[in-house]
Amino acid sequence: MERITIDPITRLEGHGKIDIFLDENGDVANSYFQIPELRGFERFCVGRPVEEMPLLTNRICGVCPEAHHMAAAKAADAVYHVDPPRTAKLLRELLYMAFYCTDHTTHFYALGGPDFIVGPDAPVAERNILGVVHKVGLEIGGKVIQMRKYGHKVVEMIGGRKVHPATAIPGGVTKILSEEERKEIEAMGRWAIDFALFSLQAFNDIVLSNKTYLDLILGDVYYHRTYSMGLVDENNKVNFYDGKVRVVDPDGKEFVKYEPKDYMNHIAEHVEPWTYLKFPYLKKVGWKGFVDGKDSGVYFATPLSRLNAADGMATPRAQEHYEKMYATLGGKPVHHRLAIHWARLIELLYAAEHWVELATDPEITSPHVHNKPTEIPTEGVGIVEAPRGTLTHHYWTDEKGLLTKVNLIVGTTNNYAPIQMSTNKAARALIKGGKVNEGLLNMIEMAFRAYDPCFGCATHSLPGQMPLEVTIHNASGEIMEVLKRD
Amino acid sequence: MSEKPKFAMYWSGSCGGCEIAVLNIGEKILEVDARFEVAFWPVAVDAKVKDVEALPDGDILLTLWNGSIRNEENEHMAHLLRRKSKLLVAFGSCATEGCIPGLANLAPLGEIFETVYHTISTDNPQGIHPQPVTQVPEGEITIPALKDRVYTLSQVVDVDYYMPGCPPESHQIAAVLDLVFQVLEGKAQLPPKGSVIGAGGSTVCDECPRARNVKTIKAFRRIQEVAPADPALCLLEQGIPCNGPATRSGCDARCPRAGAQCIGCYGPAEGVIDYGARLMTAFASVIDATEPEEIERILDGIPDPAGQFYRFNLADSLFKAGAPAFKHNGH
Amino acid sequence: MSETFEPVIIGFTCNWCSYRAADLAGTARMKYAPNVRLIRLMCSGRLDPTFVMKALASGADGVLITGCHPGECHYIEQNYKALRRYLLLRRVLKGMGIEPERVKLVWASAAEGMKLAQEINTFVEEIRALGPLGWNRKLAGNGHKVEEPALEVAA
Repeated sequence: MERITIDPITRLEGHGKIDIFLDENGDVANSYFQIPELRGFERFCVGRPVEEMPLLTNRICGVCPEAHHMAAAKAADAVYHVDPPRTAKLLRELLYMAFYCTDHTTHFYALGGPDFIVGPDAPVAERNILGVVHKVGLEIGGKVIQMRKYGHKVVEMIGGRKVHPATAIPGGVTKILSEEERKEIEAMGRWAIDFALFSLQAFNDIVLSNKTYLDLILGDVYYHRTYSMGLVDENNKVNFYDGKVRVVDPDGKEFVKYEPKDYMNHIAEHVEPWTYLKFPYLKKVGWKGFVDGKDSGVYFATPLSRLNAADGMATPRAQEHYEKMYATLGGKPVHHRLAIHWARLIELLYAAEHWVELATDPEITSPHVHNKPTEIPTEGVGIVEAPRGTLTHHYWTDEKGLLTKVNLIVGTTNNYAPIQMSTNKAARALIKGGKVNEGLLNMIEMAFRAYDPCFGCATHSLPGQMPLEVTIHNASGEIMEVLKRD
Repeated sequence: MSEKPKFAMYWSGSCGGCEIAVLNIGEKILEVDARFEVAFWPVAVDAKVKDVEALPDGDILLTLWNGSIRNEENEHMAHLLRRKSKLLVAFGSCATEGCIPGLANLAPLGEIFETVYHTISTDNPQGIHPQPVTQVPEGEITIPALKDRVYTLSQVVDVDYYMPGCPPESHQIAAVLDLVFQVLEGKAQLPPKGSVIGAGGSTVCDECPRARNVKTIKAFRRIQEVAPADPALCLLEQGIPCNGPATRSGCDARCPRAGAQCIGCYGPAEGVIDYGARLMTAFASVIDATEPEEIERILDGIPDPAGQFYRFNLADSLFKAGAPAFKHNGH
Repeated sequence: MSETFEPVIIGFTCNWCSYRAADLAGTARMKYAPNVRLIRLMCSGRLDPTFVMKALASGADGVLITGCHPGECHYIEQNYKALRRYLLLRRVLKGMGIEPERVKLVWASAAEGMKLAQEINTFVEEIRALGPLGWNRKLAGNGHKVEEPALEVAA
């Protein structure tokens, strides 16, 4: 069978390759989105002291280390059964909001956005952040650079460094915020709100007002009806740092809401031999393959799914845009995958507004930033929303606090089945009669870019020396038999 | 019309932090764009591997390579980019010394395998493990096999320069780029091949603002037991195992400034053959005890010695791995 | 022909005591196993764990470190540094899956030629029981030819 290979996939974090098989008519028979990388955090973190996990798991991903830093800190708090003081939580969350702003900005302008701003089949040389700057001008390019600078500056001020922050420890944080720093952070946050509003306006002007793009968003090529997952606070509003995990079904009805420590009852991971990454699914629905619908355990965990799973945004201007998006797209829940880009910008606005709320909290500069753990460490779960999806860190330790076991379900991993499905559907819809060009292949890549994947994150795990294994598939690709030789 | 020289940045077994550190140079990225043609940089531009293969050898002037050699594809790309590049820089801790994922070298590959595809949340009753080659109904799918352990870039190809850090700090990256621009204009010379660039010649202690006294350590303590640490005093003196004494300068001691111990991400200081050995020497020298029982009691305060001393550097250390990594060799 | 494993051991000996003790054993014709190659340091406090690791990584099966008794160091206190480094190094070796017993620290004064000879013999047997470490072979991988360190048998 003829095969087209996209290698590597680009404008995302991590490694991947897509193999598309064409039948005798030149139509797509099937496609496979493979993840070729693995490093093994779940194994090599065993034996390490739990207070190092916020530092070690940073290296799962240098694009979203802040997410791992926070999930690890929360898991370490849970392991020690210690509750950090309010100021420590405020500081962690403030760092996190600034990070969200910078990360969502990087994705919209440098990773996924260029497809809309310069066009999906623009010349390869222009289809990137540099092309975006050429097209929209240096002034806007300068704003993007400024937002990233501000976001990382806050991460550095609270976390010590711009990439791989260092200050979250079990029981709190290591650094007190000065009033001078607080003022600077507040000012940057107010600028960020304006930038988020500007970005939403730009999305409206460049994407929503362009009929071709609007058709792409509303069309069927990038559409899947699945469950949606996201963290919500006690009012069921979107929260990135803390809360309960809420899942709604394809019709928008609440399916389950669980506490972090209970994730095991709800999520399981499926394995395929042709890729190193596993496919999480809802345990209570079951794995039915790469299919849509209420009877399939496939769910997605992205900005759009977070907005689907929540009842609203916790800050006023983000709430306005939340309502506007759903009004435009025909109500909740929305399953048009390219709308994730829109939801991402609404989250950018919420993160900026909440940044200012936290920076103006009277306790943010308090010196009480740590509560010493007093109990014997045992086991704990920490969950945050990474920009790319719900992030779960689960640790077991011995009585000295050295890790004996680690389980990680990372943001993008949640989305692996939807990504496989989205690229498959796009490939089938776009490639007909063997007609393929570079722009078309890029439009297939657009299907995964909406999810803002982070495959470095997803592939924290590491398999070992592979014994010989033969898997026998039936015509539907289901595994009928597995023969092994060790 | 003169063509712009080509620039490439590639990630192998890495986390993307080096890419972000480069993007964090701010407006200077526009200067890179002005002076170079970006030939290959998967995070940012759409060029594919076949585009690199089509270039003449040596056509890329400067390639920044981050990431360790973890699988066969990484090694293949290392040889490819070495051929196509005039200057190849091992960029960041993964490329120069293996970095934290190098800790996988402490365990046998098989055990790692058994962990991941059988975790508590993995539903895998048939015990399926991903394979380098899988037959699917439409044909054959290949994913790269993992190498027996993590290797550094210079362990597989010839490297021109080394830039340490996890990731290298952005102000250092900017300084190196400025040097490159000067070289392009004929105003400066490249340092000798094999040099460490974008970092200092001393240790993190030299850049740390904390007060240092003669050290007499009576106990090593976990940071959560000490927190909040005295913000003005050396962390090691407060008993927190800080890797500053053996770690190369260049980062401006950002972590100790923020109250967190240095974990050693800038790699060995100048002239150090084995990072862990030198750090052991430093710690042992400041322990204030002479009786073996007392010394052992103090050392109990470092519960994970292998990780403490080889956190970033294991793949490049004298041993390169722990004994279990060689189990499958039959040794 | 039976192939008894002959350990290769590097001995870092301090100039002022144990090196003289080794000399003493030699001149007194006290027999001790030829497996140890002595390297003289001016003081056991000069011992950098790097030396030990280089020895083991290059093919040694064991490392013996000898120094003056506590309180008798020619440079006053440096043998305590050796002791502390040694104890820490053993923990690190253990964490790396290498038997800490492959490295041993022994105190011997210049007059204790017999004691040193006995310690050497004991250590050689301890390492023989542990078996070869063969780290250079491990690094070279399966089936690669490596230069085995040559064993010179002394008179």
